[in-house]
Amino acid sequence: MSLLKVEDLSVNYGVIQAVKGVNFEVNEGEIVSLIGANGAGKTTILKTISGILKPAGGKIYYEDREIQSEKSEKIVLGGISQVPEGRHIFPGLTVMENLQMGAFLRKDKAALKNDYDAVFSRFPVLSERKNQDAATLSGGEQQMLAMGRALMAKPKLILLDEPSMGLAPIFINEIFDIIKEIQKQGTTVLLIEQNASKALSIADRGYVLATGNILMTGTGEELLANEDVQKAYLGG
Amino acid sequence: MDTILQQLVNGLSLGSIYALLALGYTMVYGIIKLINFAHGDIYMVGAFWGYYVINQLHFNFWLALISAMIFCGLFGVLVEWLAYRPLRNSPRIAALITAIGVSFLLENGMAYLFTSNVRSFPQVMHVVRYHLGGVSISNIQLLILVVSIVLMVLLQLIVRKTKMGKAMRAVSVDPEAAQLIGINIDHTISFTFALGSALAGAAGVMIGLYYNSIDPLMGMTPGIKAFVAAVLGGIGLIPGAAIGGFVIGLLETIMQALGFSAFKDAAVYAVLIIILLIKPAGILGKKIKEKV
Ligand SMILES: Nc1ncnc2c1ncn2[C@@H]1O[C@H](COP(=O)(O)OP(=O)(O)OP(=O)(O)O)[C@@H](O)[C@H]1O
Ligand SMILES: [Mg+2]
Repeated sequence: MSLLKVEDLSVNYGVIQAVKGVNFEVNEGEIVSLIGANGAGKTTILKTISGILKPAGGKIYYEDREIQSEKSEKIVLGGISQVPEGRHIFPGLTVMENLQMGAFLRKDKAALKNDYDAVFSRFPVLSERKNQDAATLSGGEQQMLAMGRALMAKPKLILLDEPSMGLAPIFINEIFDIIKEIQKQGTTVLLIEQNASKALSIADRGYVLATGNILMTGTGEELLANEDVQKAYLGG
Repeated sequence: MDTILQQLVNGLSLGSIYALLALGYTMVYGIIKLINFAHGDIYMVGAFWGYYVINQLHFNFWLALISAMIFCGLFGVLVEWLAYRPLRNSPRIAALITAIGVSFLLENGMAYLFTSNVRSFPQVMHVVRYHLGGVSISNIQLLILVVSIVLMVLLQLIVRKTKMGKAMRAVSVDPEAAQLIGINIDHTISFTFALGSALAGAAGVMIGLYYNSIDPLMGMTPGIKAFVAAVLGGIGLIPGAAIGGFVIGLLETIMQALGFSAFKDAAVYAVLIIILLIKPAGILGKKIKEKV
């Protein structure tokens, strides 16, 4: 069953058309990768799903309701969390406070303790740095914090915008392992990446986006094997 | 020595009023990057509220103080909703000019409703002076100092420990990321205006009691000085505003004691300029990091 369905989505910045009639869907339990070069419109699509940007046209269905005109609050409450490009953790707030903010809309206070523990066991480094200003974390640690913060909302669908950006290879592998674990524990993942080979290798399905249009779709393996994809995105 | 101590006492009580006002400037600036020039007028509204409820409804000091805080808190939220929210996505200069407009509106509106006459504030409290050595301190000065410090500690607790306080800090540093985790930006901004304006309301009632007189333009000069205090401490930083307020209050009374009464305001600005030349981001301000 499709959890998220994007239909004919267009998004503009003033006169600039950043996304031009894009269609794709994410089924429950999948990891779906959206790959594409700089400026293809990936971040724009995620911001629109999260309700930060309003589309010029098209529809976004989530659990079979239309969400394209809903407020970001309601979208988060409905179970979509985003880890934005560049992490955007809150400097000046401690690591723990950043995680608490992730749970901002949670009403089930009793379950919170367990969920903090789950985040800390997934990201032990965060537990060590609990009371430290989040701004003092390294890039990789900030990525983990941003993921932990998003997970604290208990999402059904998590949107990841270039989680491997700017990280050392060892961190990149760790992040991708974590993404697979997140999927195993029942959260659906929409993954945006420029690191296309990595992203496609863990994805169930993928879409290739270029200048606001979907060019190709297939399973992760199909796209990895595709010559055009290799030429354009895998340096092959 | 005694005169110095005496001026310290006077400076601290005046400074705590500036500090309360400066907190409102700095919080609003922190969250929407607006210098709310109407903030000093909220303090004036608070003083008039106190005047009214004490005279007409025979409230005691505490009731007057608390009701002024509630009234001004709501009033600040209303001002934001009516005047600033529609301009949220406009260039900053538009909001700034609107703030100046709101300030004139409140000053002239109050002058129209209540005339621009200076009124004497009802003395709800019998003034008692305590003498410690050569230093004389009144119960009102003590009250101002204690109430201000209690309010500042409360504010700090709200901002540090409560969920809304943390949301305020989150929105200040990164509104979009705050939205992505479901924080309602509008509610958070309203909350900020409520807090800042409530503090201004408290300051208004206390200054009425201290100086004994109120008028519709009474918010102008303290408003500007509190703004200076906020900049001096490092705009956007709550502890900075408190420190800035005390520094300005002390400077002012020291200048007065040295016989420079006529120049006390000039002296305050001179110090501001010097401090900002040395530390452009204010006393507690850090070098501004460019957002990456
Ligand atoms: N705030 C904005 N105002 C105007 N144009 C924008 C804005 N944000 C993005 N764009 C434009 O929209 C297009 C898509 O941008 P977007 O950020 O969605 O790309 P992206 O695929 O995420 O790229 P990257 O891989 O570099 O993150 C680009 O041409 C970009 O210049
Ligand atoms: Mg992007």
